[in-house]
Amino acid sequence: MKKGIVIAMLLMLAAGSLVWAQTMTITYWQYFYESKVKLMDELIKMFEQQNPGIKVEQVTFPYESYNQKVAASIPAGEGPDIINLFYGWLPMYVKAGYLQELPPNEFTKAYFEKNYYKFVAESVDFNGKYYAAPTAVRTLALLWNKKLFREAGLDPEKPPRTLDELAAYARKLSKYDGQGNLVQAGLAMQPTGQGHNWIREVLFRQFGNEPYSADYRKVTYADDKGIAAFRWYTDLIVKDKVGYPNFATDDVTAFRSGKAAMNIDGSFRIATLNAIKDLEWGAAELPSHNGVKSNYASYWTHAIVAGVSGKKLEASVKFLKFITSPEVQELWLKNVGELPASPALAAKYKDNPVYAPFFNGLAYAHASQFVDEAGQRTILVDAVDKVWLKKVDPAVALREAAAAEQKLIDDFWKK
Amino acid sequence: MTLKARKAFTAYAFLLIPLVFFLTVRFGPMLYMLAMSFTNWSLMRKVPAFVGFSNYLKVLNDPVFLQSLGNTARYAIFGAPLVIVVSFLIALMLDAIPRGKSIFRLIYVLPYITPVVAVSWVWRWMYQPPPIGVINGVLGALGLPAGEFLNSTTQALPSILVVNVWVELGYCTTIFLAGLQTIPREMMEAAQIDGANARQILLKITIPLLNPVILFLTVMEGIQFLRIFTQVYNMSMQAMGGPLNSTKSAALYIYQKAFMYFEMAQAAAASLILFVIIMSITLLQLRFFDKNLSY
Amino acid sequence: MEKVPVRQHGHAKRKLPVTILAAYVMLGLLSVIMIFPFVWMLLSSLKDATQIFKLRFLPEAPTLDNYRYILSSTSKFPQWFKNSVIVALCTTASVLFFDSLVGYALSKFSFPGKKLIFLLIVSTLMIPTEMLVIPWYAMARAMKWVNTYWGIMFPGMISAFGVFLMRQFMQTLPDDLIDAARVDGMGELRIFLTIVLPLVRPALATLAIFNFIGNWNAFLWPLIAASKPKMFTLPVGLANFSGEAGSDWHYIMTGAAVAMAPLILVFLLFQKQIVRGIAMTGLKG
Repeated sequence: MKKGIVIAMLLMLAAGSLVWAQTMTITYWQYFYESKVKLMDELIKMFEQQNPGIKVEQVTFPYESYNQKVAASIPAGEGPDIINLFYGWLPMYVKAGYLQELPPNEFTKAYFEKNYYKFVAESVDFNGKYYAAPTAVRTLALLWNKKLFREAGLDPEKPPRTLDELAAYARKLSKYDGQGNLVQAGLAMQPTGQGHNWIREVLFRQFGNEPYSADYRKVTYADDKGIAAFRWYTDLIVKDKVGYPNFATDDVTAFRSGKAAMNIDGSFRIATLNAIKDLEWGAAELPSHNGVKSNYASYWTHAIVAGVSGKKLEASVKFLKFITSPEVQELWLKNVGELPASPALAAKYKDNPVYAPFFNGLAYAHASQFVDEAGQRTILVDAVDKVWLKKVDPAVALREAAAAEQKLIDDFWKK
Repeated sequence: MTLKARKAFTAYAFLLIPLVFFLTVRFGPMLYMLAMSFTNWSLMRKVPAFVGFSNYLKVLNDPVFLQSLGNTARYAIFGAPLVIVVSFLIALMLDAIPRGKSIFRLIYVLPYITPVVAVSWVWRWMYQPPPIGVINGVLGALGLPAGEFLNSTTQALPSILVVNVWVELGYCTTIFLAGLQTIPREMMEAAQIDGANARQILLKITIPLLNPVILFLTVMEGIQFLRIFTQVYNMSMQAMGGPLNSTKSAALYIYQKAFMYFEMAQAAAASLILFVIIMSITLLQLRFFDKNLSY
Repeated sequence: MEKVPVRQHGHAKRKLPVTILAAYVMLGLLSVIMIFPFVWMLLSSLKDATQIFKLRFLPEAPTLDNYRYILSSTSKFPQWFKNSVIVALCTTASVLFFDSLVGYALSKFSFPGKKLIFLLIVSTLMIPTEMLVIPWYAMARAMKWVNTYWGIMFPGMISAFGVFLMRQFMQTLPDDLIDAARVDGMGELRIFLTIVLPLVRPALATLAIFNFIGNWNAFLWPLIAASKPKMFTLPVGLANFSGEAGSDWHYIMTGAAVAMAPLILVFLLFQKQIVRGIAMTGLKG
């Protein structure tokens, strides 16, 4: 008996030291978004239990400086093994050689076709090589404040369904003080937030324009239809005065604090908004126009950094597979509010009042293929600013934006 | 060892570490930057290559850089004289009052010692449009139209400039006050006996005697405003120096080139251009005041 | 009220009371402008997330919850506070030691190259920090100093301005004392530490206060040198407070108040030295 215990203990010790000897730490980076960071801590615990010998360290950075920190650290060799990147940054990093191709035997074309939406597969594919895989995707929806709807005499359960209705509702929901200053925005107008995406992938298309060529290398939004769409947007600021950029700091702050009655925002906001007391809100599919529905999809995706090899690479791939698994995708939806990247899960949420509008949007969403997300965002933001701050004609502002963006794209591919 | 040799040896020993420091942390980096400004060094490129003057050409042909230089000039041209004139007037008033001098001075110096980041956010909060900004709240209560402040291409730069004036005011006032107190009393009294009025005393005695102080402050504040960064970074949307680059200073442009667009070499070139500008302006100021001093 | 204030200037003495009164009114109004942002910050820090968006001078229901949150371990503020203290204290200690050492060597010793060395050091004052962050960053990366305290501190370990200040001050010291100690056979470093330093205490105090303030408030370099939130200093942390999920103004105002608190304390304790220090020179950045 005693002998048995001793042997067992010795064995355990040996096994323990074996595990200890093999323990290796891989590092995962993402930006700081409270619900994501908390969930990732949980996921890491689960993963470590399933995979003794692998430890995962999570490091987070503020959203504002994330891209900068990533670019500064990876070339210096101080980067992580697995990294969470906005999909719009991928081209820049892939081109610079800072990411490695996911193991082609596991991440095949068939794998992506089976497990991901089409727009995902398209935007992580660089000349037939796949560089990243996401857990979740996001779409836009119209968020509205039910209490403010009631106050304005609108049915709090009936959000606007078309752009014309949206504009009419926004006008009704706007409030001004004695001097004509806006004190409650009918609709938050924030191009620096999701506004530029709404214009780029939704409004242009709804007015009959095709904003880019199929490979996103030609900017084609500055035609009459695109201009009409852009003018419709800027008129809400300039003519209808239902909102303006930076009103109450920004759209999210304005909507959260009840200073804006409606906002166009992403599914990732669900958890944030649910945490706020006394905020009665709903989400609806983006209003359609001329019978056209469109949406903007985007995602943060996990990639493996160049130079990671051997056992570390194996562990990183394991971790990557784990955090993109269907189980994790469901947890992600529950805790963060981002939608599963796999179409297989969508059917389950068809009737969920909060999630359904976002899921429905996925069916007809577009993911712009940015070459320089920050630069391209700034160009549209500046175009809107020119119209409302400098009284430039929307047609002129949009043509200038198209020219500037075309130059940016050309420069990127030329180099 | 003679005493002289021992002293020299001691001095060198004392100076060794500091000299190494100044050479490696001040002069070395300057030369390094000069060298790198002729390459295409970028965080997104592993091996830089020599590219001649192309970074300088790129930067000088970038309308945003030229705009940021223009903004920087505006900060300095309006900011530095404003803070000097106002603080001089305050110092004259403080010098004239019999009591309460130190408590007023204390209040004026307070913004100077507090973190610029913190005060920038406080001002940004106060500048908000109606219905949440307190300044617009006061304007509204007085029946005045709301100001656009940071949400305007014309008002944003002055709004940020005012904050920097507010910060620097106490510093300049204190120095002026110290300068005023060095003026010999007898001189003033003699002038008064000669029948000079207050204005004449100010123009003929006080200002000329304070010339070195004015020179010092002009140089210091000129540089201070030419370097403006923290306020702009913290008071513009997403730290972009907007709206429409209307508040972007040269220092912020350099920061963005380097750490947002990762074009280190272009940022180095822009830095050196700004450095040359600051140096030349400082030297010009020194010469200008030198001439005026020896009339 | 028998005694007339000693420091009274000629042109002030015979001014009409009306002018004096006007000066008081002006100075009083200006004081309001100078102090109002601080008042507003404090009042805002006592409002919760809802109240802060209602424009009211006084909070309806003042609460200390924001402070509780900011100072709790769920917020990163305590860590940033600690980082700021470490950075400001270490650089100040180093500056005090090295700057007085250099000032001493440059004022009380004669040796070949003295003038050149002085000019060399003082000329670095012409190079503003903003110009050097790029090469410093390259250096910090090459030496793996990014995200370390040393990385944040190294550019400020010795200050050219302090050298200038200490040299001016040391020149007024009598040589006899130092020579006497030398005759007594005291070592040079001991002379510096036990005889010279105590004599320049006022200058050291000024330098210490200004250096502490300058490093506590520094923004640009710490913003670049620290990329992990764990290593942020207070100003950098504060600047990163508002992010993708909107701006928590009630926390920003509270954070600003907390970041200012130690400085206001230092200021109230050492106001005389600070005012004298500014008058002597004025150091910032």
